[in-house]
Amino acid sequence: MIWIRRFAVAFLGLVFALGLAADWVAPAPYARQFRAEPNAPPSREFPLGLDGLGRDRFSRLLQGTRISLLLAPAAALIAISVALLIGGSAGFLGGWWDHAAMRVTDLFLSLPWLFLFLTARAMLPLNVAPSASIVITFAMMGLLGWASSARVIRSAVPELLSSEFALYARACGCAEPRIWRRHLLPHLRVLLTAQFWILIPVFILGEASLGLLGLGVAEPLPSWGNLIRELESVPALAEYWVLAPVLLLAAVMICFQLVKTGRGVQTF
Amino acid sequence: MRWLPCLLACQALFAQGELRFNLRHEPKTLNPILAAEDASQAIAYLTGGVLIRVNRLTQELQPELAESWKVAPDNRSIVIHIRKGVRFSDGTPFTAEDVAWTLQTATDPKLHSPAGESFSAKGSPARGQVLGPDAVSIVFAAPVASLERLFDQLPILSSKSPLKEKAALGPFMVASYQPGIEVVLRRNPNYWKKDASGKQLPYLDAVRLPIQQNREIEFARFSRGEIHLINQLEPELFDRLKKANPEAAFDAGPSTDVDFLWFNQVAGASIPDYKKDWFRSRNFRNAISRAINREDLCRVVFRGRGRPAVGPFSPANKFWFNAKLTPSRFDPTAALKLLQQDGFSRKGDVLFDKQGHAVEFSVITNAGNRIRERMAVLIQQDLQAIGVKLNIVTLDFPSLIERITKTFQYESCLLGLTNVDLDPNEMMNIWMSSSEDHGWNPSQKTPATPWEAEIDNLMRAQSAAGERLKRKALFDRVQEILRQEEPYIYLAHRNSLSAVSPSLRGVHPAALFPQTYWDIEHLSLK
Repeated sequence: MIWIRRFAVAFLGLVFALGLAADWVAPAPYARQFRAEPNAPPSREFPLGLDGLGRDRFSRLLQGTRISLLLAPAAALIAISVALLIGGSAGFLGGWWDHAAMRVTDLFLSLPWLFLFLTARAMLPLNVAPSASIVITFAMMGLLGWASSARVIRSAVPELLSSEFALYARACGCAEPRIWRRHLLPHLRVLLTAQFWILIPVFILGEASLGLLGLGVAEPLPSWGNLIRELESVPALAEYWVLAPVLLLAAVMICFQLVKTGRGVQTF
Repeated sequence: MRWLPCLLACQALFAQGELRFNLRHEPKTLNPILAAEDASQAIAYLTGGVLIRVNRLTQELQPELAESWKVAPDNRSIVIHIRKGVRFSDGTPFTAEDVAWTLQTATDPKLHSPAGESFSAKGSPARGQVLGPDAVSIVFAAPVASLERLFDQLPILSSKSPLKEKAALGPFMVASYQPGIEVVLRRNPNYWKKDASGKQLPYLDAVRLPIQQNREIEFARFSRGEIHLINQLEPELFDRLKKANPEAAFDAGPSTDVDFLWFNQVAGASIPDYKKDWFRSRNFRNAISRAINREDLCRVVFRGRGRPAVGPFSPANKFWFNAKLTPSRFDPTAALKLLQQDGFSRKGDVLFDKQGHAVEFSVITNAGNRIRERMAVLIQQDLQAIGVKLNIVTLDFPSLIERITKTFQYESCLLGLTNVDLDPNEMMNIWMSSSEDHGWNPSQKTPATPWEAEIDNLMRAQSAAGERLKRKALFDRVQEILRQEEPYIYLAHRNSLSAVSPSLRGVHPAALFPQTYWDIEHLSLK
């Protein structure tokens, strides 16, 4: 099954590359409105046709791909960092801090994300440039989406601390920071990488869900979320080309799963 | 025998003469005088009998349970002679006492009845006095213009029926209600109306109202023939229907709805002072208005099924619409000239004010409303052409309302208004500068500008004036001031679009609520 994984990696690489090269590959600026012909079907000039406001769907898909695929890993990185800080310290320090950290984690796990987003969005300043709004959206996802990873890390750290190599290092007089740096973190790396790969599709889908509610990336910037939203108003069976963002999202999610599974991450 | 329940169920589902259309929300009440939202109002319209009805096509008054009426010259009272021999659905006779009792109930401040709120003047509720079994006088604390039109919104309840508000005077009565599923109405056997040939009305046996929020599902159900009507169809769905089944698609022309944009002019709002200066400037507001291409907005967002707006009333409001006014013409050059008069200058692609601030502001609108979000994106591009940067912020509705009514933490807002009532008196709360609902600058102790003071005076004068044409002249002037000053930048009136099954006879879609079934008693199924 290695070839499937290779194919998945190659596909993801291609999609990433297209996203990065969006400014050069896209036939038209993503925000430009060709108002004379809104909802135009695919043509040589506009391979996926024009949306309801006369914007080129293909250009917007490329730009949206860049946004979703670059910022979701960034958000995952934030979440993993927070998870390591909270989960790692809870597992290491134990006692009241462990109890407190895990209760906070439980709280974050039980809170309805959507309402947190609604509340947080309502509190943000209004005059935020669309580019800043994307960063804020993904940063918020990163800052709110660490809890499940923190639990996993919290349960792994005590095991590592009581492992033979850690005991031996301690017996040899290694200081705790050195044990962390030289022994624990390298062992945690596999776990952290796995969590990172798990979180990326979660955040891409999270942004897509927010976009469906009109609360994700601000117009006129496209994202997979607000591109998928167009399906609400277009007969997808008759105008099948509007399904392109959904198909791309599905393909990317499948590829992430394949890459992740190939790295030894179990999916339940 | 096992098939019998299924057969009975099928018979019930497809009963002869059963009209079916969706309610888009759960009805909050089945009591007609408490109906405030669409679903409850639809049920109230179908079951409630009123004394005087506004004909939804002609917009003229027509007698219903009132045989005749006379308004006093001072516009403080009305004497109504009710129809004789009318009975509620349970057989209880309808008398003048019922009218007085309904009025007393509806104006009870504990009930917060939307129907009753209109029957208050100067903070005091109107009082009904029974003059005899068939006559009642209703007295207001102060003159009320066009007071007879208020009775269109007051369904009459029985004071004596053991069924209380469930006893109906309208063409239908509530037969069953399954929360979250449907409301079923059955024909009122004692309905007083007959057609020209003497046949008892309504023609339909029942009305089944499934509760369905999703408009796509509603449309699919209509396409499959499971429901007969859709009101307020979205332009995209309307176009799809027009292609697939042109006979079923009805465009009744401009509706009474209007979408508009306004700037926050609240003195204490937490926005920079230089922005407050922009927003208070008539030239700035006029320039923004001229930079917006309303024709494109109607063509692109409403797919050509809308009309540029010039004021709060659309041509659908036949009497009160000021036909002399024309919408602001799209002219970015003229917009820039107006801005130059206020010291704005354009350097490259950016517009700067006289103090050197780049012109940038945000517009808030409600998340999830596709049409309004699209309008905002079009406006964003139009304003970019004159160097103005617009940031679009979509907020959930409660947050948005909080900002525009309490905290005033916003710069501009894009919203819409559904004018349920045709009379400007019902908009007093919007135009009076002292009102909490005076959108751009509410609750003013004294009018902040001379033109707002003039609007206050004109609105008071039209409310007190008895003669309709005089009132019209006064309100025309209000519309002129609004057009000049543009505290609300009116954008577009969407058309009243509906889907009507070809199997339904007698439908004449109108711009006013309830667009397709306003003449429910004359509708029939082939």
